Amino acid sequence: MTAEAIAEAPVRPVEATPGKQPMIGAPVRRREDRRLITGQGRYLDDLELPGAYEAAFVRTPHASARIRSIDTTAAARLPGVIGIWTGADLPELVKPIPPKVSNPLLRDMPRYPLPPERVHFVGEPVAVVVAESRYVAEDAVELIEVDYEVLPAVSSTTAALAPDAPRVHDELDDNVAIHVTQVAGEPEEALRTAPHRLSERFVIARGGGHSMECRGVAARYDVGTGQLTVWPSTQSPHYTRNMLAYFYGMDEDDVRVVVPRDSGGGFGPKAQFHGEDAVIPYVAMLLRHPVKWIEDRSENFVATMMERNQVHHVEVGFDDDGKLIVVKNVFEHDQGAYCAGLQVPMITLSTLPGQYRIPNIHTELIGCYTNMVPTSSVRGAGRPQAVVAMERMMDRIAEHLGLDPAEVRLRNMIRADEFPYKVGLTFRDGSPLTYDSGDFPSLTKAVLARFDYDGERERQALARSAGRLVGIGLGAYVEGCGLGPYEGARLRLTNDGTVLVTLAATPLGQGYETIYAQIASDAMGLDMEHIAVATGDTSRIPFGQGSFASRTTVTAGSATLQAGRELREKIFEVAAVLLGAPAEELCFQGDRVCAGGDPGRSVSLRDIVQVSNIGKHGITMPRGVPAGIEVTSYFSPERASYASGIHAATVEVDPDTGQIKILRYVIGHDCGNVINPLLVDGQVLGGFAHGIGNALYEESFYDDAGQPQSASYLDYSLPSAIEVPKVELVHQFTPSPLNPLGVKGAGEGGTIPVPATIANAVEDALRPFGARITSLPITPAKVFAAMTATNHR
Amino acid sequence: MPESPSGTRTGHETQVVRTTVNGVEREAEVATRLTLADFLRHELRLTGTHVGCEHGVCGACTVHVDGAAVRSCLMLAVQANGRRVDTVEGLAGPDGELAPIQEAFSKHHALQCGFCTSGFLMSVAEALKEGPIETEQAAREVLGGNICRCTGYAGMVDAVLEASQTSYPTAKGEHA
Repeated sequence: MTAEAIAEAPVRPVEATPGKQPMIGAPVRRREDRRLITGQGRYLDDLELPGAYEAAFVRTPHASARIRSIDTTAAARLPGVIGIWTGADLPELVKPIPPKVSNPLLRDMPRYPLPPERVHFVGEPVAVVVAESRYVAEDAVELIEVDYEVLPAVSSTTAALAPDAPRVHDELDDNVAIHVTQVAGEPEEALRTAPHRLSERFVIARGGGHSMECRGVAARYDVGTGQLTVWPSTQSPHYTRNMLAYFYGMDEDDVRVVVPRDSGGGFGPKAQFHGEDAVIPYVAMLLRHPVKWIEDRSENFVATMMERNQVHHVEVGFDDDGKLIVVKNVFEHDQGAYCAGLQVPMITLSTLPGQYRIPNIHTELIGCYTNMVPTSSVRGAGRPQAVVAMERMMDRIAEHLGLDPAEVRLRNMIRADEFPYKVGLTFRDGSPLTYDSGDFPSLTKAVLARFDYDGERERQALARSAGRLVGIGLGAYVEGCGLGPYEGARLRLTNDGTVLVTLAATPLGQGYETIYAQIASDAMGLDMEHIAVATGDTSRIPFGQGSFASRTTVTAGSATLQAGRELREKIFEVAAVLLGAPAEELCFQGDRVCAGGDPGRSVSLRDIVQVSNIGKHGITMPRGVPAGIEVTSYFSPERASYASGIHAATVEVDPDTGQIKILRYVIGHDCGNVINPLLVDGQVLGGFAHGIGNALYEESFYDDAGQPQSASYLDYSLPSAIEVPKVELVHQFTPSPLNPLGVKGAGEGGTIPVPATIANAVEDALRPFGARITSLPITPAKVFAAMTATNHR
Repeated sequence: MPESPSGTRTGHETQVVRTTVNGVEREAEVATRLTLADFLRHELRLTGTHVGCEHGVCGACTVHVDGAAVRSCLMLAVQANGRRVDTVEGLAGPDGELAPIQEAFSKHHALQCGFCTSGFLMSVAEALKEGPIETEQAAREVLGGNICRCTGYAGMVDAVLEASQTSYPTAKGEHA
């Protein structure tokens, strides 16, 4: 891995304290690592809950069915079984789980935690068994007899939209969940009059998040306090708390959600609310006994939300120079059996135009119900699909006009002096879709230079003349990130003189304990060693949204910066009184506040906390000293900030096997200012590996009856170190003007353009055959079929 | 030792297992169907070994049995009877000194969520016992039996090459 700064180094958003090493921008090694490399991490299934019962779910094996009856008699007699509940046994839970993001146009169908009558996808839970151990609970599941009336199912958007398609939901007259169109300019007129038009249909397969730790939830009800404590493996503890309070009719303060300190990855599905999340705490309350459910991988394959499946019908109109006049994209989005949220297709809608100036845009979503597990966000969240539609067509334009694909892109790119740039569409919050900042042409040129694009083209020509199938692909993207509504940080000077940063957002491996200490350190001018970070407990901070959508550094980072500055002032206010010195003369030296740089006139944080936080019972505080050194700050961005990037790849196709080898891969990335370059590189490279999976390997395949066919890692291939190639990184830092740190999101950009880039490269490699690559992932079988098809062009 | 044999909790016949785990002799009466992974995690409370797929693909549960790397989700606890089991908790020295591969993982940011990390460390540790790992390709092959969803493996490749150089200072290596 090689990192290279091509623009000026990141701007330091925080003025460094004289004499103190700035922490923002430093590649600080993670505080989390020591426990994780020594086996001392604490994940959900590592919780100490002595005597906890364990649960297992009965799940429907049919994609569409009516439950006639459930016989639990034999299972209930099994020694070690504590209780069995079907949906009908828990009428209190027959409440719909609301979509996470909705729209007035959505024809919403109720999603119940444990549906009592009607099931809509294989894997949907119909009963829960609680037993002394998971082993016994699974034995009991085997003994439960469910009588189903099996109904016809649909398992693709094409099938769902067919004229006589079986209906996923009896209540609706077709399978359309939502139909939304957005228009800028006069796209129909522009298509009619454009000198050149090209169209294509692209299919992107279903794929999952596949965090290495599956989902899970444990719960304990305390009769004495009336408090329910829930440990879920969620990305959004406050969302889980709010949902549980809604389901159980409890006060939010009586539901404490604690995410274990370590989480084995999220990638989107853990930001959603699944039915099991409502069932397990409820039976723990019924039993007055702790209950734990840890999802196993077989369940994860059928019951955890997925994403990606879309079919795009895209058409572009352009002039003789390859300048875009219009893009029209109509896409089918597979919502699955229920709408868990509209965030993904709405993001696809608005991501389509990407880095290009396009005067006329038509972007149209047809969201379909299908009999498959519901879809929601997975790393990239609707963007990789939009980028496939746009970036594949950029290559087709170049091919059509005999131009270079890099040149066609550069001719259409929004210029650096056009920001803030209004795209002409509406963002999902209803505001005009506006890019805040970036410099797409300069990053593109830097990537082309690093890639040695011209040299790579020459080498490609040589390889071709030697009979080798070598191709080059590019893929540019924008990513709206740092989304609202808000995130918070609570900073407190604790009784031992440590500054504690408490976040509502919960980490999934990003290194929050490190980077938020870096931010607080610069905000306060205090060394990192005196700063600790706590996360993921709703009892420690009242409001929060969670870690998703590449938003946390922007929101929680800015909140930490604001709160850190205020906390410094508060501490200095106390120190000023204790030292008899004006606050302007104070600074931190180690764990002491020092007046005029004189260590003889200083007071320790411990002594400050003694006066301000602890006090003496019944004794008046010194005048001018505030009670309690604590600051809670929330940051609400005015709109999304836009990260951007462009990838370049060279691939070689083996004509005998259809196998694709990646020979080179360069990633250009701009996520604004960087808090910790080591960790940002890690995010980009990890996201890239996920993109490689989507491009070449991963598909959650369902047969026509809605039966999942890839329900183990033998059938669903995750990329290993063998498949993920070496990457060269190119960085550009264009600070966002929308937050005081100037940061943008980094969590998903690595994934977003990979499928489009690889597909472009493979099609380029196969250009001698005129082969078309229109379906992802690009398996050897598809390559082979494309090469042998006769009716291209 | 667990006070109540796990057999009563799993509703199954039991057997006594005697094994040496990280150098400590352990004896327990366990259900014959209890996996080695569950035995280590839930009976011995060595929770550093993680269970990611329960079908032997992801490698998160990798431990050493008599020095060989195995998937503890595919092995029964009773099969460890009379054998030596080493887990990630035993990788660092008794004084807490990290093994070269642990140190290199942290230095090269080869871990993020950490869930797969124990398995990778145990796989690499076994490979390093056999000899130096001198090329990027060789490092990738050693890592290729496990799955990580967070890192993209680049840091791991660097970490393996560096750990190999630390363990075999005279061997040739790609790592500078």
